[in-house]
Amino acid sequence: MSAPSRVWDTLQSNRAGRLARARSVLGAALDGKAVPGARIKDLLHNVLECGDRVCLEGNNQKQADFLGKALAGLDPDRINNLHMLQSVLALPEHLDVFERGIASKLDFSFSGPQAARVAKLVASGQLNIGAIHTYLELFSRYFIDLPPRVCLVAAEAADRHGNLYTGPNTEDTPPIVEATAFKNGIVIVQVNRIMDVLPRVDIPGDWVDFVVCSPEPYYIEPLFTRDPALISEIQVLMAMMAIKGIYAEYGVERLNHGIGFDTAAIELLLPTYAESLGLRGKIARHWALNPHPALIPAIEAGFVESVHSFGSELGMEDYIRARPDVFAVGPDGSMRSNRAMCQAAGHYACDMFIGSTLQIDLQGNSSTATLGRIAGFGGAPNMGADARGRRHASPAWLKAGRQAREGRNTIPRGQKLVVQIVETFREHMQPAFVDRLDAWELAEQAGFEIPPVMIYGDDVTHILTEEGIANLLLCRSDEEREQAIRGVAGYTPVGMARDKRMVENLRDRGIIVRAEDLGVDKRLATRDLLAARNMKDLVRASGGLYSPPRRFRNW
Amino acid sequence: MNNYVNSYLESTARERIERLFDPGSFVEFLPPASRVISPHLGQLDAAVAFDDGVVVGRAFLDGETVFAAAQEGGFMGGAVGEVHGAKLVGLLRRAVTEKIGAVLLLLESGGVRLHEANAGLIAVSEVMRAVLDARAAGVAVVTLAGGSNGVFGGMGIVARCTNAIVMSEEGRLAMSGPEVIETASGVEEFDSRDRALVWRTTGGKHRYLLGDCQAIVSDSVAEFRQAAIAACRAQPTFLCLAELDQEQAMLGERIERFGAMSDPLEIWAALGVEQPAAIPMLDAAQFVAVARPRRLGGR
Amino acid sequence: METLTYRFENGTRALPPQPRVVGVVGSGNLEVLIESMPQGGACTVEIKTAAAGFGATWQAVMLDFHERWQLMDASIAINDMGATPAVVSLRLDQAVETMLGALS
Repeated sequence: MSAPSRVWDTLQSNRAGRLARARSVLGAALDGKAVPGARIKDLLHNVLECGDRVCLEGNNQKQADFLGKALAGLDPDRINNLHMLQSVLALPEHLDVFERGIASKLDFSFSGPQAARVAKLVASGQLNIGAIHTYLELFSRYFIDLPPRVCLVAAEAADRHGNLYTGPNTEDTPPIVEATAFKNGIVIVQVNRIMDVLPRVDIPGDWVDFVVCSPEPYYIEPLFTRDPALISEIQVLMAMMAIKGIYAEYGVERLNHGIGFDTAAIELLLPTYAESLGLRGKIARHWALNPHPALIPAIEAGFVESVHSFGSELGMEDYIRARPDVFAVGPDGSMRSNRAMCQAAGHYACDMFIGSTLQIDLQGNSSTATLGRIAGFGGAPNMGADARGRRHASPAWLKAGRQAREGRNTIPRGQKLVVQIVETFREHMQPAFVDRLDAWELAEQAGFEIPPVMIYGDDVTHILTEEGIANLLLCRSDEEREQAIRGVAGYTPVGMARDKRMVENLRDRGIIVRAEDLGVDKRLATRDLLAARNMKDLVRASGGLYSPPRRFRNW
Repeated sequence: MNNYVNSYLESTARERIERLFDPGSFVEFLPPASRVISPHLGQLDAAVAFDDGVVVGRAFLDGETVFAAAQEGGFMGGAVGEVHGAKLVGLLRRAVTEKIGAVLLLLESGGVRLHEANAGLIAVSEVMRAVLDARAAGVAVVTLAGGSNGVFGGMGIVARCTNAIVMSEEGRLAMSGPEVIETASGVEEFDSRDRALVWRTTGGKHRYLLGDCQAIVSDSVAEFRQAAIAACRAQPTFLCLAELDQEQAMLGERIERFGAMSDPLEIWAALGVEQPAAIPMLDAAQFVAVARPRRLGGR
Repeated sequence: METLTYRFENGTRALPPQPRVVGVVGSGNLEVLIESMPQGGACTVEIKTAAAGFGATWQAVMLDFHERWQLMDASIAINDMGATPAVVSLRLDQAVETMLGALS
């Protein structure tokens, strides 16, 4: 008796079948790999199958918008129940596919602009979330249990062989295409133009099946531009405390900044305040960071030696080209970003993450979850977490590790600095410090197994508010930790409920540090301290090379 | 440590007064402690300011006695209510009585404070009359316009009634606000959300080229001070028929030459500016070098 | 608008005679007028605020302010448009420091 022999090349046969269908339907319209834009729906109807895992570029910034619109316009009787894999849900059509019944399941990382609509579709049962991930986590699963069957990506240009130039906005494309191509999936790309010779090859044509020249260039969102005119005096004060109390204190040379006005203030204080403290060459030398325009003065002043980026930023292209010593510029003269590698760099090769948040609880758990919105995390959890797999030492890492383990009977190890910087009250007098995160309620509402937390309390090393810095590394009990948090929570209900005697004791021990203790003169905390106070200042600092997008200009 | 010159734009009205005039020389009339506040805002359950949004008083400017007023753009956009307007009128009348050489108006205002309805309208028209009376009595009245809210509405008219206007490129000067124009005439006529267009049309550089302002400086209190000193010392122009005829002729010339054009860039090209698109990024000194030989106005 | 008043006795630090004002009555901001005034040694505070219902927070902020400065024969008047405690404390401290000449 012989067992039925297993077939081992089902994916290859299936792929061949899809390609054959596509070729048959497109006929002479298919020129090598090039598909005319007008036939995109025919391609998709024939290359997709119901229930497919489809990865659509929905990056944080770059959007394969032509393909995304086409997908949302397919016939749900022919193509339905797709399982979408997507870094970011940014555009309306990213939700239209669910509303129209073309897709039913989703694994993703971030949905900022569409968060409210995601929540509604989940509540109505039209959208079934597999899980919310960090970017790196999602890319990782593409190689294990969530390989895309079809991916829809965006690139600057293709040549006739299907080689792709993804340029400064390479972002998520490499792992998406690799994971798809090496599981016999179908790779479809929209490009801004077809060229005879590419500036450089970012993705080999062997991995690419179909190329469509889109009528408009793919959409990019300028997410990382912050107008210095909107930075407040309180943010300047907090930035001064961050620089003196943490960057200088630990000697932070390698770091990542979460995006926000609080960190933009720090970037703009490097050439002024940090310079006055003699810190150039000692802090903020190597960055995992998008090309923030707010970083221009610090680059020009000689603080910043290198920047590796997750994506690019609109308007910074010429400045980046003119600073190849600093940015990840290739042999062709243009930058290449790489979200996956930069996330890994932020996790393992940086000694500090600092970013803002919406809510912090009494254990230091930090969350941006709010009711009625399912927003996800993006990359923050990878940056804002101790890298327990790390083995190489640096002074900052060792110092943090020592502070955490002093007096305890454990083997010595280092620790990454994870700093949450936040004003005690947000807009409309909403306290940032709470007894119970909204994340709990959101989890119940949306049916998550656990509350969505961006940064866990046991990874947070410092909390910085306008009231000072709480050093959680030095706390030796849950109670100390709680009072340390209350001690910088100001006049919020959490702050008002502090044990005054204990907080005084924590201050004596240096666990809570106020501006005065740091020698930070509050009277200097004015906008005059910013190296650039508006967009024009940034343009001038760049020698005219930075060209802000229209919405940021008044010229 | 910080080499940056104090920004006029970012300073409050009080800071502008403190930083622009001779150090420590300013004496305030009707200071906040007098609590001469709006009689109307309380009835609307709206917040008041102790000085009703304008600081007035006497100071030295390079040793000369002058009167000064500074509107606080942060309070209700600098809009003029009954008390605010009365303080300006009182200042101008007192300048005549005391034979002061010059009154400096640091303006930043959306115009009439609509909350105060007729009282606000009357206040602004009384300010116009007071400016003209002061000029007729030989008091130079000089406007400085460099605040983020611009100088609009009735205060725009007041500014153009003064002897001279000093602007920064960040400053704006007009009558109708951008949103008003768009509402009245449609977005194709004027897209108020196109900030570049708004500044091209109402900003200091365009005003300088068109002859509506007489000096343009960087966003620097020190430069405003220098320009103010020069403007006060220029021969005060009595408002006579000859000057009115000259102004009328200039306005007629503008309509004739530029009336059919739809963007200031075209006007600048017609004035002989070689690279109109480059104008916005020039610093004040570079801009003046290009603009002075080509601008209208000439006074 | 809500009006709140506080009185703190037994101050020890006297102020110079010239009144001072800092801040602007704009959104998220406030104006603080501080004057020397004979009041039997007390420091009085009158707040007119556009953000009603935060009496307890103002109380705590003013208590800490008094602990910091211990002003005597001082009258503080505030016009507030929804400033956070951070901004309130900053302006109060700026007002006193300007008064005491620490800034010039």
